[in-house]
Amino acid sequence: MKKDQLKKWLEPLETAWVGVATHKLRSSLTILGIVIGVAAVISLMSIGRGAEAQIISNIEKMGSNLITIRPGSFTFGGVRGGVSETLTMEDAEAISQQVPYISAVASSYSSNLQLVMGGENTNAQVNGITPEYMQINNMKVASGASFSEQDYQRGAKVAVFGANVAKTLFGNAPPIGQQMRMGTIIVYVIGVLESKGTRFNSPDDAVYIPLAAMQQAVAQPRTPQGGRIVTAISLTVSDQSQTQNVIDAITSLLRTSHKLAASADNDFNIMSTEEIASTLSETMGTMTLLLGAIAAISLLVGGIGVMNIMLVSVLERTREIGIRKALGARERDIWLQFLIEAAFLTFAGGIIGVVLGWVVAYLVSSMGLMTTVVTADIVILAVSVSIGIGLFFGFYPAWNASRLNPIEALRAE
Amino acid sequence: MIRLQDITKVYPMGKRELTVLSGVNLNIKKGELVAIMGPSGSGKTTLLNLIGCLDKPTSGSYYLEDREVSRLSSNELAQVRAQKVGFVFQTFNLLPRLSALANVELGMRYAGGSDRSQALEALAKVGLSDRANHRPTELSGGEQQRVAIARALVKKPPLILADEPTGNLDSRSGEEIISVLTSLHAEQGITLLMITHDANIAHHCQRIIHLKDGEVVSEESI
Repeated sequence: MKKDQLKKWLEPLETAWVGVATHKLRSSLTILGIVIGVAAVISLMSIGRGAEAQIISNIEKMGSNLITIRPGSFTFGGVRGGVSETLTMEDAEAISQQVPYISAVASSYSSNLQLVMGGENTNAQVNGITPEYMQINNMKVASGASFSEQDYQRGAKVAVFGANVAKTLFGNAPPIGQQMRMGTIIVYVIGVLESKGTRFNSPDDAVYIPLAAMQQAVAQPRTPQGGRIVTAISLTVSDQSQTQNVIDAITSLLRTSHKLAASADNDFNIMSTEEIASTLSETMGTMTLLLGAIAAISLLVGGIGVMNIMLVSVLERTREIGIRKALGARERDIWLQFLIEAAFLTFAGGIIGVVLGWVVAYLVSSMGLMTTVVTADIVILAVSVSIGIGLFFGFYPAWNASRLNPIEALRAE
Repeated sequence: MIRLQDITKVYPMGKRELTVLSGVNLNIKKGELVAIMGPSGSGKTTLLNLIGCLDKPTSGSYYLEDREVSRLSSNELAQVRAQKVGFVFQTFNLLPRLSALANVELGMRYAGGSDRSQALEALAKVGLSDRANHRPTELSGGEQQRVAIARALVKKPPLILADEPTGNLDSRSGEEIISVLTSLHAEQGITLLMITHDANIAHHCQRIIHLKDGEVVSEESI
């Protein structure tokens, strides 16, 4: 009895397989349409997902509980609106003393300075930083040493280079111990930072010296009230769930100390990495969807191809349908046969497409073009969509076949 | 076994109607071997299709094994065909891509499932055991028709209908086919209806029904 049940299920599958296998060229052309569609979905989605994952990991490298305050009313794509000299060292001190849930606060003053070494003459962004800066921004020294407590206090004329700047400036020569003029002072290179590999506001592209040394290299401007101006205040939150409260507290503190009218915009802006991460991954998610949608169109075209072939196949096999009906096939037997055949084709196409898409994704990332991530949900989605396409586009031809009059079908050539 | 009462069949032909069968009454007993003869256009094939439940009459009643089948739905008719009727066609109607054995197995497919050993047995009965794995194109016409007969009889139906089974064969193969059919009839007590043009073949049967212009004009018992 159980064997009979099994047979009942296996026979339509076998029939469909024979139908597919006896028209090899046609079947493979049909499959090809689905293969390309599915491969496109898999590879494009994996590129999208890869970009998303890369951005998130970059942000995590920046420090996930980091809050950065910059002067100006609004930042987008590096363009800053409003007055640019509003944040001071005093603001940083006030924040660290008055706002709860903060584990460390650092200020930095940045300027583009000329670096003169022998006859070489280049420009780089130089950041004067306070002791907590490196730890807050998740920066580590790869070779040489970082600044000591005394370096910060005395304003020692020593510098730590970002990986890219060091490479550009010194090439293969060892950077440690090199000496150069930076603004009005001479500094020694004592260390090179680990590369972060990020492109967005990356420490790889900057040079760091103690803030006290920076004040000697360039004159740090002051506000009319005498506050020492900084270009950024960065801080870490001790309890990530409090991030929004910390941002709110800092906002009201700075608005009070900057004496802003209730109607005025903030003259600073606060960004948490969490916020940046969610904004960026949302954007990337949209991109991924868009890529997926484009690929889905090719899948749809493949589906129409399946329908086309199935219609031809039904027409060509009219006589076979007549014979099967004469042998006692019910309508259900006939449409099931053609539907399974269509689903079989698209399923095979789906599987091959997944493999091909995977290979493409692998090649793209191994050639270093882009990071790609193939996730299980994409694979499951692509395969089930391809079977769905087979069922959807196979239904009409299959239904047509099942409705044929057996006598007329038997008379067909 | 078969009881036809006032069967008519009318086909719409554009605006006019074509009457193919007009008031056919017929009784066929279980185990009979009957030939149907008549000029072309006399409605022989239509009658055979109706008896085989491939088609429904326009009016009249058809009892197959005492069951009124003329008003059944197309799916119910399909089940009657699957259980009760084996067809043998003039043009064999084998599936060209399948082996002889697979074609025979197909005969059981919709009647409850294939069984390889039964299919082999049916092929042996028509003397084609050694051709089981050949495709129809690799077989002679007579062999193809014997495969078709094996396909019709593999599900052991009470009724076999043959529409000019020798029409596409040379006379020697034709005689072979007729002897296969008549011996199957003799051995298994199957009710067998056969359309033929050939009076010699018809005389192998127990009864001959003459059809003309959609009516039974005479019956002779042999």
